[in-house]
Amino acid sequence: MVAVTPATDRYLENFDRFARVAADSGQEWLRPVRQAAIARFAELGFPTIRDEDWRFTNVAPIAQASFARANGSRTELSPRDIDQFAVPGLVGPQLVFVNGRYAPRLSSPGSLSDGATVSSLAQAFTDARTVLEPHLARYADYARDGFTALNTAFMEDGGFVYVPRGRVIEAPIRLLYVSTETADPIVTHPRNVIVLEEDSQAVIVEEYVALGAEVYFSNVVTEVVVGQNSVLSHYLIERDSEQAFNVSTLRVQQGRSSNVASHTVLLGGALVRNNVHPVMAGEGSECLINGLFMATGRQHMDNFMRVEHASPHCDSRQFYNGILDGRSHGVFSGRIIVHKDAQKTDAKQTNKNLLLSEEAQIDSKPQLEIYADDVKCTHGATIGQMDEGAIFYLRSRGIAEDAARALLLFGFANESLERMKVGPIRKYLEALVTQWLPQGKLVEES
Amino acid sequence: MLEIKNLYVKAGNHEILKGVHLKVNAGEVHSIMGPNGSGKSTLAQVLAGRETYEVTRGEVLYEGKNLLEMAPEERACEGVFMAFQYPVEIPGVSSAQFLKAALNAIRRARGLEELDAMEFLALVKQKFKVLGVDEKLLHRSVNEGFSGGEKKRNEIFQMALLEPRLCILDETDSGLDIDALKIVASGVNGLRSPGRAILVITHYQRLLNYIIPDYVHVLVEGRIVRSGGKELALELEEKGYALIEGGAGAAAPGRR
Ligand SMILES: Nc1ncnc2c1ncn2[C@@H]1O[C@H](COP(=O)(O)OP(=O)(O)O)[C@@H](O)[C@H]1O
Ligand SMILES: [Mg+2]
Repeated sequence: MVAVTPATDRYLENFDRFARVAADSGQEWLRPVRQAAIARFAELGFPTIRDEDWRFTNVAPIAQASFARANGSRTELSPRDIDQFAVPGLVGPQLVFVNGRYAPRLSSPGSLSDGATVSSLAQAFTDARTVLEPHLARYADYARDGFTALNTAFMEDGGFVYVPRGRVIEAPIRLLYVSTETADPIVTHPRNVIVLEEDSQAVIVEEYVALGAEVYFSNVVTEVVVGQNSVLSHYLIERDSEQAFNVSTLRVQQGRSSNVASHTVLLGGALVRNNVHPVMAGEGSECLINGLFMATGRQHMDNFMRVEHASPHCDSRQFYNGILDGRSHGVFSGRIIVHKDAQKTDAKQTNKNLLLSEEAQIDSKPQLEIYADDVKCTHGATIGQMDEGAIFYLRSRGIAEDAARALLLFGFANESLERMKVGPIRKYLEALVTQWLPQGKLVEES
Repeated sequence: MLEIKNLYVKAGNHEILKGVHLKVNAGEVHSIMGPNGSGKSTLAQVLAGRETYEVTRGEVLYEGKNLLEMAPEERACEGVFMAFQYPVEIPGVSSAQFLKAALNAIRRARGLEELDAMEFLALVKQKFKVLGVDEKLLHRSVNEGFSGGEKKRNEIFQMALLEPRLCILDETDSGLDIDALKIVASGVNGLRSPGRAILVITHYQRLLNYIIPDYVHVLVEGRIVRSGGKELALELEEKGYALIEGGAGAAAPGRR
């Protein structure tokens, strides 16, 4: 049943070489989990559309392509090359990764006091084993998902953030992944590990950008542990090249009374799969899952939510807005799982989609699995065109039709941006979204 | 300023307006009263340029020009303003963004310079004061989560900001408490001027205690069945639309 493709074999071959090198570089302690993960990948392979969770997304283009591993010759970039990705007004630690590897000369991790750490994962493998070991690969389940298994087998770099008990880090921590032109299409397996101990607070901004229009595959796993009474905002901004593949999994483990906001904006990539998987393991925790995806041309964007209520009195709020133009295909699957003991769960899900062309397509599917009896779960999805009544309202005030349409479209996207609290990020995204809009210039001018 | 001649309008297969005649001069305030479903909003929407309605006969001249040929935004730029009976919510678009876009579009059309953010803010704040509108409105999405009264007041505020020459108010009074009604009325009265005409569409006579019209017209089943002075409104209040010639069994205004 496993689809063993030449590419699957290639990953297995590569793994042997990779594991030997890794073992020599002081990462011996990772060997068991890497071995287990590659063994699992060998069994699972890549998912197919026969797999319920992948019904609307065919990953054959990834499974059948042959990607080279990214290491070896590192691309040297100068700070000027990445100026274009600066967020005006954003001050805080920034780690830059080029083709998946940490680029110290482009980065400014700053120095945090009181034992808080922002570093590359590669460095944390040697320096922060005691913090990492209890969490790494404990939550992102490589037994269930081939992509996570592959990431876990090959993980070697990414962002590492550790916030000790009681520390509040107000400045957003940005992890910027830059893809450059390479001789052959490459695959990277960025792995981010974020650990917030109790009563702490942090903001993480993960962003994927490209310098060219090349083909590559980013297979990302971000593992987040949010301790009791802690507050985390996570932003994922995906602006990959138009030929790129991006599969990412955000796995959040929430402690008692913790508060998490996950904000996602998908703008780029040829084939994108965005898994968001919070588990509200501690009583009274809250989770906001806010997303915007905008696709055009032949882009395919699949948003797969898996929101687990594992304890009583937890609240989750999902809001995803999609704008689909050209011949693009969007997917929203919103699974809410309420465990047996999770009484007084309050879960809400809203997915709104605008289709701007006849050939654009959206599959929206809520999925409720409820094993407790005292719960409040609501979901709603809309698929439609722009509201002609609203267009008329704007026009009746003197605004030209094309500007009215642009403004309305901006408003639809902006519903998602308005939920984001970090001002400079919101402004940055407003600009990116406006650029994306077919008549975005009219919004700027008005 | 406005001349409606023998106007027939339908929506789908439903004929709504059946030969409306109306002439409004600059400086005048006209009121159109009529029972539910008589075609009041249809008339307002057609004058503003809503394309879901089809004009099958007749013509509308606005300052001598064929109004029906103009796009909604052109009409607005030429000075036509219609306060919606049901203002539309526009999530994600802030009132500031919306008002600035509208104001500058109209200023461009009038050959005036566009206002920058500072000038715009100064102007808006001044108008806010007059109408007692909270400045926080600027940062809220257009009409989103507004109460009925807030929406109506927002319409009048937009009217005050855009300074149209022909103001059409479609049941701006409905659903307002007496305090809100007085605010709306004083906003409208503040706009009365020799160069401006106002068309007040209402279901109830009540608003006309505060906005005194020069003429009152009664619209029943798509036709203006009677016209008169302001006393006609009081007569209607007493007798009900049913007693007006041509009216077919409709209830008295203000009574449900
Ligand atoms: N877009 C439309 N399509 C079909 N029928 C309509 C439409 N708009 C209004 N109508 C019908 O036309 C009649 C007049 O409506 P309207 O102009 O809203 O009346 P009023 O504002 O006087 O209450 C009503 O019977 C209404 O149902
Ligand atoms: Mg009406």
